[in-house]
Amino acid sequence: MIQNIEDLSREREKAVAELNGYDCRVLVCSGTGCIATGSDKIHKLLEDLIADNPEIDLVFAPHDDHDRPNIGVKKTGCQGFCELGPLVRIQKGDKMVQYVKVQPEDCKEIYEKTILGGDVIERLLYHKGEKKYVGPEEIPFIAKQTRIVLENCGKLDAESLDEYLASGGFKALEKAMFQMDRDQVIEEIDKSGLRGRGGGGFPAGRKWKQVARQKDPIRYVVCNGDEGDPGAFMDGSVMEGDPFKLIEGMMIAGYAVRSSDGYIYVRAEYPMSVTRLRHAIALLEERGLLGDNILGSDFSFHLHINRGAGAFVCGEGSALTASIEGNRGMPRVKPPRTVEKGLWERPTVLNNVETYANVPKIILQGADWYRSIGTAGSPGTKTFSLTGAIENTGLIEVPMGSTLREIIFDIGGGLKNGATFKAVQIGGPSGGCLTEQHLDEPLDFDSVKKFNAIVGSGGMVVMDEHTCMVEVARFFMSFTQRESCGKCVPCREGTKRMLEILEKIVNGQGELEDLDKLEELATMVKTMALCGLGKSAPLPVISTLSTFRDEYIEHIVDKKCRAKVCTALRKYVINPDFCKGCGKCARNCPVNAISGKVKNPYHIDPTVCIKCGACKENCAFDAIYVEA
Amino acid sequence: MLDESYYRKTDEIIAHYGREAKALIPIMQDVQAEYRYLPGELLAYIAKQIGITETKAYSVATFYENFSFEAKGKYVIKVCDGTACHVRHSTPVLEALWKELGLSKKKHTTDDMMFTVETVSCLGACGLAPTMMVNEQVYPAMTPEKALALIAELRGKG
Repeated sequence: MIQNIEDLSREREKAVAELNGYDCRVLVCSGTGCIATGSDKIHKLLEDLIADNPEIDLVFAPHDDHDRPNIGVKKTGCQGFCELGPLVRIQKGDKMVQYVKVQPEDCKEIYEKTILGGDVIERLLYHKGEKKYVGPEEIPFIAKQTRIVLENCGKLDAESLDEYLASGGFKALEKAMFQMDRDQVIEEIDKSGLRGRGGGGFPAGRKWKQVARQKDPIRYVVCNGDEGDPGAFMDGSVMEGDPFKLIEGMMIAGYAVRSSDGYIYVRAEYPMSVTRLRHAIALLEERGLLGDNILGSDFSFHLHINRGAGAFVCGEGSALTASIEGNRGMPRVKPPRTVEKGLWERPTVLNNVETYANVPKIILQGADWYRSIGTAGSPGTKTFSLTGAIENTGLIEVPMGSTLREIIFDIGGGLKNGATFKAVQIGGPSGGCLTEQHLDEPLDFDSVKKFNAIVGSGGMVVMDEHTCMVEVARFFMSFTQRESCGKCVPCREGTKRMLEILEKIVNGQGELEDLDKLEELATMVKTMALCGLGKSAPLPVISTLSTFRDEYIEHIVDKKCRAKVCTALRKYVINPDFCKGCGKCARNCPVNAISGKVKNPYHIDPTVCIKCGACKENCAFDAIYVEA
Repeated sequence: MLDESYYRKTDEIIAHYGREAKALIPIMQDVQAEYRYLPGELLAYIAKQIGITETKAYSVATFYENFSFEAKGKYVIKVCDGTACHVRHSTPVLEALWKELGLSKKKHTTDDMMFTVETVSCLGACGLAPTMMVNEQVYPAMTPEKALALIAELRGKG
């Protein structure tokens, strides 16, 4: 049991000795992505190989007996390079080898050559062209990032409190509790300029200050882990990859605002996050770091986990607290703000996962250090999930103010299969699209707003010429319409009407005045919806309408979809040069739209064709193509 | 009428979370995890046990997408249609599954109660889009062919 700071120091020293006692650490990425590609199998295989060798100690907690090598097989948080999973790192002393796409049949070789022998298996290294990269830090994807929130992801065992302690974990809490008073802690966060990473960008310090100022002695600390934006997985990666850091950040907030209860609201689709957080909380309670009289002080803190139940709107603060209370997750009119009347009508600090995960480092290294990273208005770093038509998909962290070009081309490696960059959708369903002309703009909370987009939580979906922007707008609108909670009319009805218009357009039945109606509705919903989600729901439409208006017009006037995505606007054509006149397409056509004479080129009647694609799918000569 | 054992199990779950209104959602989640759906009789029972009205319990249960009053299949397949998966062509995967299993937008579960196919807005494995989840396991980089092969494999397992 850790009952005071002496205990904590002693435990930490022990943990450091243990961590240094390893001759070799095998770090298997156990993020959701890598587990999906089979990393848990790799973990088990490597563990079994080592356990089967009587000459080696497979150690879960190493010891001083160095007659036999100490090898630990660890499950780490997301190593970032999701596309190339399963990822495995082998660490010996300060040398680290990064293997990518590790398959079960590679395990024996890894064990014999790298773990026992210390040799590098070239085949499993990341390579770009001829160049092969050994250590993770050499890979441009990783080398060009600045990892603060994600510093431990990929390095530490996500399930080991000792490894977290050994790497300086809970030093920040200790410093906050014993070297600073509560106001100083809040002041430091305020001075750091840390802004809420959930999308709003509201200064965290100001929130904490407002809560601390309330008369009500009961306050709550709530973490928003309801990362609902499709295409975003940063918060999930922090919860499953470094749960202790999130918890430490929440505890510091709890100490600062005199709260003794914290809640983490995790979305239903993240079972791994729930498991890792529960495990972390159980360990901390067992060791005395969570509970009553932490480190022998008068500060008590209890942490609870609530699982979401599949409602996007619960990412909104007042809806989230309503959900924890056991109600329908519907936002309410503000004021009163959450800082005054939040969970159970009590003053509540509500921040998102990434915001809390920034806190320990700010307390340890100070506000000035934090302000030295990022931009003046948006200090620090931001995590992004890089997805879509990009070469290196994955989880990244960069200083605020980085440009899209740095993120997409330097880190992301550019477009997949040499495609052309068309747009990047940022901020999810509440965000907008940025294009070529924005590539060199610095990305921070304020700059992006100027282009009708938001940094949002950090989902970044890259799109190439095969993406239809009108269809993307329809996609987001169908999402927000489905997820609208129905409480306020502008959002409930407005999103529905907007979706109808967009569906009309992608089906080739749009009229030009629909664009005016869309704009009118978008402005109405944006100004009049009750909550932040409703207000931002029209943003994808507003942003694509301003940047890709010509594509809307093409759909309406020319009945043409240049990306060939919108089914109704496709035109199936038979190339007479390739057609052998076998007649298979005509036999497959469900509506008899294809006619012709055997051994002569066939013809598709576009007025009858229902664009099902059965002809193209079955043509043995690839003679049928889609015309935009 | 549900078997007595359903009520005993529900009692256990209620005891775990406490007889409080705030425990409604976690209790419903655990009951649903146990039976793969939320039987209406149990919802009424839970409401009574934790001291809320049946209408309140019903209003909460119907608000959240995760709760289902209909029994689900042995394998619940969630095809991700988040942005990243959508732009990497998740729709053909969904359509292939529908076609193979005789399901549609309206019909989610096969008559033999083996498979339920749903869409989900994001599974958080966007780096490996398009993805889908069978029960709690995530499958990466799906194609219609891979999805059909997986169905065949699951059918083999029974």
